[in-house]
Amino acid sequence: MNIRFDKLGVVIALLVVYGTLVAPFATFRANRIVPGEAKSMLAALPVGAAVALIGLMVLAAAVILLKTPALLRLVTAAVALAAIALFIGMAATHLTPPENTYARVSPASGFWILLFAYALLAADSITRLRPLPFVRVLLLLVTLGGAAVILMSGLWDGLSILREYAGRADVFWLEAGRHVALALGSLFAAVMVGLPLGILCHRVEPLRAGVLNTLNLIQTIPSIALFGILIAPLGWIAVHVPGAAAIGVRGIGAAPAFLALFLYSLLPVVANTVVGLAGVPREANEAARGIGMTDLQRLFGIELPLAMPVILTGIRIVLVQNIGLATIAALIGGGGFGVFVFQGIGQTAMDLVLLGAVPTVVLAFAAAIVLDAVIEMTTPSRNQGRTA
Amino acid sequence: MIEIDGITKRYDGTAVVDNVTMTIAPRTVTVIVGTSGSGKTTLLRMINRLVEPSAGAIRLDGEDNRVMPGFELRRRIGYAIQGHGLFPHRTVAQNIATVPALLGWNKARIDAKVAELLALFQLDPAIFAARFPHELSGGQQQRVGVARALAAEPKVLLMDEPFGALDPIIRAKAQADLLDIQKLLKTTIVLVTHDMDEAFHLADKIAVMDKGELVQYGTPAELVTNPATEFVQTLIGASERPFRLLSIETAGQAVEPGTAEGQPVAAETSQRDVLSELLWTGRGALPVAAADGTLLGKVTLEGLARRAAKPQ
Repeated sequence: MNIRFDKLGVVIALLVVYGTLVAPFATFRANRIVPGEAKSMLAALPVGAAVALIGLMVLAAAVILLKTPALLRLVTAAVALAAIALFIGMAATHLTPPENTYARVSPASGFWILLFAYALLAADSITRLRPLPFVRVLLLLVTLGGAAVILMSGLWDGLSILREYAGRADVFWLEAGRHVALALGSLFAAVMVGLPLGILCHRVEPLRAGVLNTLNLIQTIPSIALFGILIAPLGWIAVHVPGAAAIGVRGIGAAPAFLALFLYSLLPVVANTVVGLAGVPREANEAARGIGMTDLQRLFGIELPLAMPVILTGIRIVLVQNIGLATIAALIGGGGFGVFVFQGIGQTAMDLVLLGAVPTVVLAFAAAIVLDAVIEMTTPSRNQGRTA
Repeated sequence: MIEIDGITKRYDGTAVVDNVTMTIAPRTVTVIVGTSGSGKTTLLRMINRLVEPSAGAIRLDGEDNRVMPGFELRRRIGYAIQGHGLFPHRTVAQNIATVPALLGWNKARIDAKVAELLALFQLDPAIFAARFPHELSGGQQQRVGVARALAAEPKVLLMDEPFGALDPIIRAKAQADLLDIQKLLKTTIVLVTHDMDEAFHLADKIAVMDKGELVQYGTPAELVTNPATEFVQTLIGASERPFRLLSIETAGQAVEPGTAEGQPVAAETSQRDVLSELLWTGRGALPVAAADGTLLGKVTLEGLARRAAKPQ
């Protein structure tokens, strides 16, 4: 029989083998800030469990390496992800001495490499399967649901990141709320302003270059610098404009963070609106005028629906970018997951950094998948082409 | 009736359409021809005010076309363009229903109209109503474009190179269909083209535009026999003149009493095509049959030759 290798599979299989056999699976530390000792799978798990996990990883590597059906690859990725998720929890219980609340067990480089490799495999096989948009959202929900079940089962409670969470559960959800409010609120404001501005730029040609260049300029200001620049004017407004301070406008805190995110969001929204509207077929516009649509009817009936996929792509960029950028808001007291990241850096407690970073990544990832699905559903021709 | 009265359009001081006056009779097909840049499309677009004139007036059935807002005027006038201009995100039925929906017709009336038009344009509503434009062939798209233009039962239909994007075989069919539908609906059609064959095939009257001016406006026969300028002469083509004359009328109009051997030609075939058939088959005469198959008489080579000759 002719054995054929999968091109991307070779890379992923190498990552799996390296993550399984060479890199450490978990790190053990006597307390949360001392350097840890790396533990391989054999050292981190009871012998039977370790052998089972290594066996499973080798089997997975074989499936990945060869040219196998996409569905089998997706199932392999799901099973392997579930396995490393379960076994890292087991490693935490196994490595922590009984009754010891100071010791910390966290995932080590091997775990992260495996996580990356299987996530890559899952993404690749999903791309090959070309599922309908709602199936992709369903897969996302199943994945998140699986993680939620493990979290609630207490299997991961021994892991350092959840030890950190246990101490600040109230604050965590408060900051999560602030993070989402910052990211979504600034996006909403940017769409409210950017969409009309984009339409205006499309209709009034001389305005276009000026507006887009200005927004481009804002985009090039580093985020920390922009926060700094905004402190002075917002502080001035808080003092001199009656009522401003009452609604939360201050030189530091959520107001400058919100404003900065809003300013960063404008360029993708405005630029994509302009590009989307420019891409509307000339004949469709011409016909719309010729058969008696008013300018508003043409805008809402023809131009915006046809430009919508491009505009949504801009909104997707903004949402993912904002979820990431909102982390920095913590620097000026704006709250959000960044609070844990910067506290963690200050205390050299990497677990605390992860408590801020992991939810941010998950949130951004989920937002990207959902919006991609929405974009695909609003693109009429592709949608139709598939069902026809 | 469309009265175009001293209409002028200037862009930056240059007249694109210069003081054009012409009257278009109701229920006829008028074709505006000219080279690109002659102002023919601008003239057409001033009738439904997609372009606002710099001077002059256009009256539809005696009423100035500026008494109502432009968009309301355009809802009453059909408009079809090259490359069909269908809305890609709307189905065929939704595309056709656009103007009736804008006019606030009720759903039952709209649905009935859409079904009627689809049937008229030989598109089975059960198959085509729910399709999207990109799922149709070029010829089907073009028919839907014209159906959409006719949906609100306009008295006037403006067409800007409507068949320009079609291949020759589909174009001939589309032209024939348009003439049939015009006879059925009695719509006044104003059509812009640069294709002289198309003009002679479709037109009751032809308007020739050159550098913004209307250089001649008359029946196809008048243009051939009595071209107003060198330009009109060139446009028609000196060597084409006898054939142009023959392409205006049908076999039915050249019938002579008597019978002839051979496969009968349909009465609505153009005399030019009959001549071609006679020459190709080497016959001196062919029988002519009506649509129901009854023989009307014959068409002879000598008869056609007389008709193709320069009128004395």
